[in-house]
Amino acid sequence: MKRKDMLGLRDVAREEIQEILDVADQMREVGRRRVKKVPPLRGRTVVMLFFEASTRTRTSFELAAKRLSADTLGFNVSTSSTAKGESLMDTARNIYAMQPDAVVVRHAYAGAPHMLARAFPWSVLNAGDGINEHPSQALLDMLTMRDRLGALEGRTVAIVGDVQHSRVARSNIYGLTTMGAKVVVAGPGTMCRSELRGLPVEVRHTVDDVVRDADVVMMLRIQRERLGRAVLPSAREYAAFYGLDLQRLERARPDVVVMHPGPINRGVEIAADVADGPNSVILDQVTNGIAVRMALLFLTLGSGEEATA
Amino acid sequence: MRTVLDADALRAAVEQLSDRVADAMAGVPRWALVGIRSGGVPLADRIAARVAARGLQPLRGDVDITLYRDDLYTGLEKPVLGDTDLPFEVGGCGIVLVDDVLFTGRTVRAALEEVWDFGRPAFIRLAVLVDRGHRELPIAPDFVGAAVRTEQSDRVTVDWAADRVIVETRRTP
Repeated sequence: MKRKDMLGLRDVAREEIQEILDVADQMREVGRRRVKKVPPLRGRTVVMLFFEASTRTRTSFELAAKRLSADTLGFNVSTSSTAKGESLMDTARNIYAMQPDAVVVRHAYAGAPHMLARAFPWSVLNAGDGINEHPSQALLDMLTMRDRLGALEGRTVAIVGDVQHSRVARSNIYGLTTMGAKVVVAGPGTMCRSELRGLPVEVRHTVDDVVRDADVVMMLRIQRERLGRAVLPSAREYAAFYGLDLQRLERARPDVVVMHPGPINRGVEIAADVADGPNSVILDQVTNGIAVRMALLFLTLGSGEEATA
Repeated sequence: MRTVLDADALRAAVEQLSDRVADAMAGVPRWALVGIRSGGVPLADRIAARVAARGLQPLRGDVDITLYRDDLYTGLEKPVLGDTDLPFEVGGCGIVLVDDVLFTGRTVRAALEEVWDFGRPAFIRLAVLVDRGHRELPIAPDFVGAAVRTEQSDRVTVDWAADRVIVETRRTP
């Protein structure tokens, strides 16, 4: 992989995804050591630039950087200059003056990481931009699937929930399709419109349909902000029609892989006993997230392109 | 290209190397043979087999030093990461690092640093099949199979499949 940034999986080739997953696979061993540190990024600086709330993605990236011996800096939006009205570019210029090698960016506006990648020579890792992409999440999802299923080629992955507004879904759709898997999506009509035909997926509306033939079922988090508005009437109704409970799971293959990007709403999109059951790999996703982010930092910062002048 | 060790010489070198290791480790209560990937791994296997015949049963592990290399982002085309597996407590354990060819010493330096991340070994010794000279660091082997004279630009390969050690000369015009 010879790119200085990871902004999305839309234009990433199969060989590159393969390489990232293979490196991530090896990086996992570092997390099993007592001294969880290897030297490649010693002395490099990685800045966490999170304009949207996040605990797990941010912590995951921070741990990944530290395990590669990099130094990390956190930028907390609520107490930052953004609250005082500073523009994104001005914030970036100020941070750039501290000479970081990489920035991990999460922003409400799609394209923000792309702008920062073009404007400065640092490596930019997209931790989620609006409803566009969340590439590191999709990569860790694919690594987790690969662990359970072997190759992803020819597999069927079902994504259920608010696909329309999900950057996790979008990145997964791009990545999985590149790796030769088939993606089917399902959800309420308001969250899973047929216009999704812009993406290479098959849109269905009944969860029972997609669960039956899938190798993987990925449940998306129902954002409570949307409940009670026109998009969705109530959590109970969502759970009844679209939630994954044991009864629905029984209609799936016995070895179906159940995934969720987290945090889960127990009893809404996923029942407690399914989330904690033997088909669930939700906690593996978290462990794999650190390894995948280590791989991304390792590959982008070592891409051969000079980070800071 | 020239063969510096043929099948007989290679076998003799491995036996001699293994005997020297066995002599030195005879009274050591807890020690391990640790192969440096990738050339050191098959050699460590062979040494393990030979010292077992002398009644010794060291622990066994392998290290991949890719992430500890000093030329990671400058010398390598594309780093390929292998497995590091040290399935024993390194603290207090004697370590015999094993590699097929000793050249500049940088690989060994990387291996030392990596082993240290796992604990404080009782001691570390170095066993190599071929010492080809041109050291760039103050690192010396404790056990050597054979010493071979080479040019800096030569390439030395231990071919286990063909049972020989070859030296390829690269002539610069």
